[in-house]
Amino acid sequence: MHPSRRTALWLAAVVAAALLSVGGAEGAQENRDVILSTTTSTMDSGLLDVLIPMFEKKTGYRVKPISVGTGQALALAERGEADVVLAHAPEAEKKLVDAGHVINWSLVMHNDFVIVGPPSDPAKVKGITKTADAMRRIAEAKATFISRGDDSGTHKKEQALWKSAGVRPSGGWYQEAGQGMGQTLNIASEKEAYTLTDRGTYLSLRRNLGLEILHEGDAPLLNVYHVMNVNPAKHPKVNAAGGKAFVDFMVSPEAQSVIRTFGVEKYGSPLFFPDAGKSEAEVGG
Amino acid sequence: MDLVWDGIRKAFWLLVTGDPEVVAVTWLSLRVSGTATLVSLLVGVPMGTLLALTRFPGRSVLLAAVNTGMGMPPVVVGLFVTILLWRNGPLGILGILYSPTAMVVAQVIIAAPMVTGLTVAAMQNLDPRLRLQLLGLGASRPQLLLSLWKEARLPLLAAVMAGFGAVISEVGAVMMVGGNIKGHTRVLTTATVMETARGNFDLAIALGLILLLLAYLVNLGLTMIQQRGKVR
Repeated sequence: MHPSRRTALWLAAVVAAALLSVGGAEGAQENRDVILSTTTSTMDSGLLDVLIPMFEKKTGYRVKPISVGTGQALALAERGEADVVLAHAPEAEKKLVDAGHVINWSLVMHNDFVIVGPPSDPAKVKGITKTADAMRRIAEAKATFISRGDDSGTHKKEQALWKSAGVRPSGGWYQEAGQGMGQTLNIASEKEAYTLTDRGTYLSLRRNLGLEILHEGDAPLLNVYHVMNVNPAKHPKVNAAGGKAFVDFMVSPEAQSVIRTFGVEKYGSPLFFPDAGKSEAEVGG
Repeated sequence: MDLVWDGIRKAFWLLVTGDPEVVAVTWLSLRVSGTATLVSLLVGVPMGTLLALTRFPGRSVLLAAVNTGMGMPPVVVGLFVTILLWRNGPLGILGILYSPTAMVVAQVIIAAPMVTGLTVAAMQNLDPRLRLQLLGLGASRPQLLLSLWKEARLPLLAAVMAGFGAVISEVGAVMMVGGNIKGHTRVLTTATVMETARGNFDLAIALGLILLLLAYLVNLGLTMIQQRGKVR
């Protein structure tokens, strides 16, 4: 055979095989897919890597977790482009509940935010009990602070904390990363800067970071996660049964016990505290 | 620098032990970007040839559009394709968002202009007398095209390599339309981004090295095909 013809045949065979192999990966009925829009923190901590296979095995659904900032996670739900949401911005979530975009808004777990910074602590926030005071010190010292700047749950929390401290952060010391929590911590570590982080992500990345917890424990720092499914009455194309199944799974004793122990072995303390069935006030207090 | 060594060691280890997750991610990268490149080839070569060999009104406008497309940012393509494929979007009925098929679609949009543009350049670089001579010898249209493509084989294969290089290495579009779903749409680039975010820098470097190796092997194969005829 002529060499160029052989090449052409060979190429054609590869095209056919490649198309078949990509096409073949689809299969299955669509309604078995559940699109979960969630925050980077649940994904980067590795918790969902444990919970999702459990859920899939139990129910036969296939979860497609799309891990984005809370802003985008909620926007996808609002447009009916996700089936179920796991997020940690209760104020923003309540707006979606009130507008009827999501239903079965359920408390899943909490952890807390901490302020981390370089061990040298240039703004002297260590030992301060009130978060508002700690934030004010950072601003007054013009110590570099890396903000998520991505409209995520953590970013929203940070903005609320600045507001309660009476500070409008701006200037060269206040920098917006526009990235996920893991990347933001990497940047803060590299620049010897302060940042606000959820404890889970910080603990899971601590070994690579030159950052210490410098402020923790005040009530405003609580980080509460809710799960909710997108309302099929408002968005007829969603996988309502699959979304509801995931909500039910997240608050089930089985998932809650995984949450209770997740991370203990690796980091010495749990990353999340299960809260299913508790009232909002119990967690908030 | 320790991290880089850790990464190299890790890459080696992952490859020799055939870590199933890494193998799956690598295979998907190759499958998605390979398919996208081949589809781009099927679209881009005929279109580029048409643009090179014919004259029609609006040709310059189209050519400028193709040349702009060669520099299209993958994230813009990703955003555009995502919105089109949303279940409430115009092509939502297909139900292919967050699947390898959607990733192929996005990558074709990235690679096709590149293949088209470079095909135009390759075909216009041919000696115009060759075409006249072939026609004079009574070549049919398919015979003419085949002969011209064969003559322009070197730059055409360079176009393939450029297209493949662009899509195998891009992360913005596949992240958006694929969603980096474990075991389903996770490819080498999105896995690298994710492992970096998780602080697993050694693993991230290892995945990056595997990506480089994969790109090298594919280009080696294409280069060998490209250079084969040269000695004859």
